[in-house]
Amino acid sequence: MSTGAPPSPAPVREGPAQRLRAAVLGASARLTGLAVAAALGIGAVVLALSAEETREALDDGLGPALVAGASAVGRAYSALLQGSVGSLGALSETLVAATVLILTGLAVAVPLRAGLFNIGGEGQVIAGGLVGGAVGFAVTGLPLPVHLPLAIVAAGLGGAAVGWLPGFLKARTGAHEVISTIMLNNTLTFVLIWILTLPLVQVEGRSDPISRQVLDSARLPRLLEGLRVDAGIILAVLVAVWVLWFLDRSTTGLELSAVGANPAAATAAGMDPARTTVTAMTVAGALAGLAGGALIVGLQGRITPGFSAGLGFDGITVALLGRGTVVGTVLSGLLLGALKAGGRAMQARSGTALDLVVVIQALIIVFIAAPGVVRALFRVRADVGDGARISQGWGS
Amino acid sequence: MSGAAAPVRRRRRFAAFGGLLAALVAALLRADASARTAFVLNDARGARFPLPDLVVPVAGTVRILAALILALAVLLAVRGAGRRDAAVVGVMGGLAVVALLTWAGAGTSISVVSLLRGTLFAAVPIAFGALAGVLCERSGVINIAIEGQFLAGAFTAAVAASILGSAWWGLLGGIAAGALVGLMLAGLTIRFAADQIVSGVVLIVFATGVTSFLTSQLLAGTPSWNAPVRFQAFALPGLSDVPLLGPIVFDQTVLVYLMLLAVAGVQFGLFRTRWGLRLRSVGEHPAAADTVGIPVLRTRYRAVMLGGVLAGVGGSWFTLEAASQFSKEMTGGRGFIALAAMLVGRYSPVGALGAGLLFGFADALATALQRLPVPIPSSLLRATPYVITIVVVAGLVGRLRVPAADGKPYVKA
Repeated sequence: MSTGAPPSPAPVREGPAQRLRAAVLGASARLTGLAVAAALGIGAVVLALSAEETREALDDGLGPALVAGASAVGRAYSALLQGSVGSLGALSETLVAATVLILTGLAVAVPLRAGLFNIGGEGQVIAGGLVGGAVGFAVTGLPLPVHLPLAIVAAGLGGAAVGWLPGFLKARTGAHEVISTIMLNNTLTFVLIWILTLPLVQVEGRSDPISRQVLDSARLPRLLEGLRVDAGIILAVLVAVWVLWFLDRSTTGLELSAVGANPAAATAAGMDPARTTVTAMTVAGALAGLAGGALIVGLQGRITPGFSAGLGFDGITVALLGRGTVVGTVLSGLLLGALKAGGRAMQARSGTALDLVVVIQALIIVFIAAPGVVRALFRVRADVGDGARISQGWGS
Repeated sequence: MSGAAAPVRRRRRFAAFGGLLAALVAALLRADASARTAFVLNDARGARFPLPDLVVPVAGTVRILAALILALAVLLAVRGAGRRDAAVVGVMGGLAVVALLTWAGAGTSISVVSLLRGTLFAAVPIAFGALAGVLCERSGVINIAIEGQFLAGAFTAAVAASILGSAWWGLLGGIAAGALVGLMLAGLTIRFAADQIVSGVVLIVFATGVTSFLTSQLLAGTPSWNAPVRFQAFALPGLSDVPLLGPIVFDQTVLVYLMLLAVAGVQFGLFRTRWGLRLRSVGEHPAAADTVGIPVLRTRYRAVMLGGVLAGVGGSWFTLEAASQFSKEMTGGRGFIALAAMLVGRYSPVGALGAGLLFGFADALATALQRLPVPIPSSLLRATPYVITIVVVAGLVGRLRVPAADGKPYVKA
């Protein structure tokens, strides 16, 4: 095996962002809708097969089993619908879930422009929640208009630091971001547990890892009396507007897209792909960090181990469902927020495990990533090769 | 930014790393100066040919090791070791680990045998996962989904071994599940030409969701379905009596022996058979392979499926050997460590085993240190393998010679 290939300039590859843009433009809303419908359909089959009552009814024959399965699905899915949009409280829960999903989705969508795949959302969420939360309970004596923004900025910076590292490592040593971000997720999960047992952080008199309460002066205000939706959703939308400007109107954003579309051309035009990589990952980290911060100074109020579980992977689903665009990401954040809020209601009311939502989410991205599957299912006519091909190989 | 300066920069980075290591090791000297550490070389369960314990004074040993590391760092900074630069870094790391163990074991004893046995044991999923990755990527398909194959394999192995009452049935179930995820990966990436990294991540999310859902929905209510019959360790007669080596290598579990056989088999198959040549040609230049009549897509399908079989064996390790039952997301990122091991091992099966042993050692070391009176929080120790992965991937792997068609779907012109 060979060694010692010169590390720069980066080898020329066909542009992932170019392909992504083609995928975005070529994709119809109809296909996205079909992907969601197909995922819900397969989810229903899985649910029907695994429901206890179906297995019991199977003793009486296939017919009763089918009826039992269908009624299990009906109950679960109507609970899901009720729990997501069925009432003002349900809508509030949907928005609460969407806040975090929009921000973590953007944390995946931004580096996608530069051809980078950020799987490190979870670690970045942890860092953001940790730093933002620490500012929220350790800094005292400030009024809300100062303390709350301070905590939120701190959360962004914490996440940015964790996003910067894999970007820096990729730019300097070629370490692939998929591996380094995942390893940072696992590392930070354990670092979080350790930090939560430090005397300055832990609640007095508790032996389990749990942080002090974030002061009221750093908490995101609730928007409506008696409902859990807070100013975090406004933060998420404002940030999305900024990202829209950043990607489409700023010089750095242009460089991001240019490097993603064709690194060689971008280099020839005087741009620096290495620096762009670092920028993209740092911004992504900041976005995910904001999600962590919004969670801790908003809904949760204190830091617990595992508060971030699965949020990074949710962000991937959101960004892919939104096909890498900002508006798409916000919309799919709302949709998956509804799915999540509804899933909790489903678990509570019909006893169906919340993990079914994860299965449905995974199926949605399967169908988005491989539109051919949906076409095969629904016999939709189509062009060849319009899948969202976005990633690069190991070498670049 | 010229090409000629790169090795020098890399060497300086290595030297700086060595200096840092030496400083860290020297910092350990603040321990009790008169203490001694005993390295036990015998199996705790008794040995036919016992070896004497190796007892060393802590302060003196650590001082000597720090000096050695510093000397190697200076050597790297001044003139380097040519192509063996990375090896020198490895030696420095090894010396630092010995120093750490000497310090951690002050006033007590450390079982070298159980540490190295644990290394080989913990290397099983990493090596199988990395082998799966080697097969897929040598044929031109990026396999990020190893983590998902592990989860599917672990879950199915647990259920099959519980219901059918034999670990061998469990292994068969694990293999089937790993191959099924492999088939899905092959279908998405080959048949539908979907993005390979996205497909892999999707399959991980999918496998996580399905196994977690079925665990809450089915296994929680029927505990007898999640009580797998597990593999027992068995000693190879004769060989297991060899001092030091015997209890480490030849008194192991089924999957450890299988791992060694699989590494040898894949190494031979890939580089010494027609099958291997064809597989590699499809991953390097599919159009050329196609021209001479090698069925590109079929070859890739088979490589990805066989990779799934190997990853399924690796997944079975979690429930048939490591833990007593399946629990949600129990694989804890090891599929990604296997991916890193594949890169560190530079797409070779023997390299995969070597890298697997490195990560296995990190695992075993963290476990061993948790048992010693060390003032390091156990949560940080558990993060060690992940940190080491980042350091190794960033510091030692660098740019790779990747199979030329890796990650690109093949569409016949």
